[in-house]
Amino acid sequence: MTTWRERVEVARRENRPQHLVTGVPYAAFAGIAADLDDSGHPRCRLRYADALIGNPLIPALHGGVIGGLLESAAIILLLWESEPGVVPVTVNMSFDFLRTGRPVDVLATGRVYKQGRRVANVRVEAWQDDRERPIAAAHGHFLLKREGQDG
Amino acid sequence: MSRAERPAFDRELLEQIVQAIPHVGVLGLKVTEIDVGRALARIDWRDDLVGDPGTGVLHGGVLTTVVDTVSGLAVMSRVTEVMQIATLDLRIDYLRPARPRLPVFAEATCYRLSRSVAFVRARAYQEGGDDVAASLATFMLQSSSLPAWVKTQGTRT
Repeated sequence: MTTWRERVEVARRENRPQHLVTGVPYAAFAGIAADLDDSGHPRCRLRYADALIGNPLIPALHGGVIGGLLESAAIILLLWESEPGVVPVTVNMSFDFLRTGRPVDVLATGRVYKQGRRVANVRVEAWQDDRERPIAAAHGHFLLKREGQDG
Repeated sequence: MSRAERPAFDRELLEQIVQAIPHVGVLGLKVTEIDVGRALARIDWRDDLVGDPGTGVLHGGVLTTVVDTVSGLAVMSRVTEVMQIATLDLRIDYLRPARPRLPVFAEATCYRLSRSVAFVRARAYQEGGDDVAASLATFMLQSSSLPAWVKTQGTRT
């Protein structure tokens, strides 16, 4: 089993945040991938699939999978920006659903607002065609565990 | 209960609505109980839903989806008109990691229904264990108009 330290080191060396996603079963299940945006900032993409629909009448994406994308984006930002060997563990997430998630891809990225030794606060946004019109926003707290450390 | 206060969706109709949600189907989420203002569901552990392959703990997105779905259902079980609802916000606390290979149960209560907004609390737990997640959510009522064929069906219930 690859350790998170090894994943982070490879991802940074090759400048490919996708290494932080590959091998995460839920990311493959939902269709979440990671790359770098034009300014070299990690960004996640939820690839549209009919299986992601939560309201077939509209149709609209399920809020829960948009939540999964936002939480993934926050974790990838933390892994990318922390020293290798730090593993973020989600304490909580607070989601605001702003607009209907239409049946197309969703992008998500954000910023680490505060990174302490033990805990970090991250804010993330999800959008579809227009970054200025986010479909959801979230903030979350993450415990920063050192790999191999319990509790 | 007067005619106007009667819930618009009965248990059977709500189960049909949930079963028609594609993302609920692919997760294998099953509704186990519905009362007025309260809903219960269960999801079985699956290796493709794991967030950390090192521990086998389910991804937070799975718990968020389960809690969002069961919370919406608690609202739907209480509304007195056929309508669409949408999650406004949802805050989830991950109290402890969900133990691998065991099902997760979720229970939601819609404890206040105003004209426009519903307030819901929910918890996720495992058998013989403590809660794994707690959430508070609000839902917008009448969030979008219904297709004409749904409205026609609604007046018949």
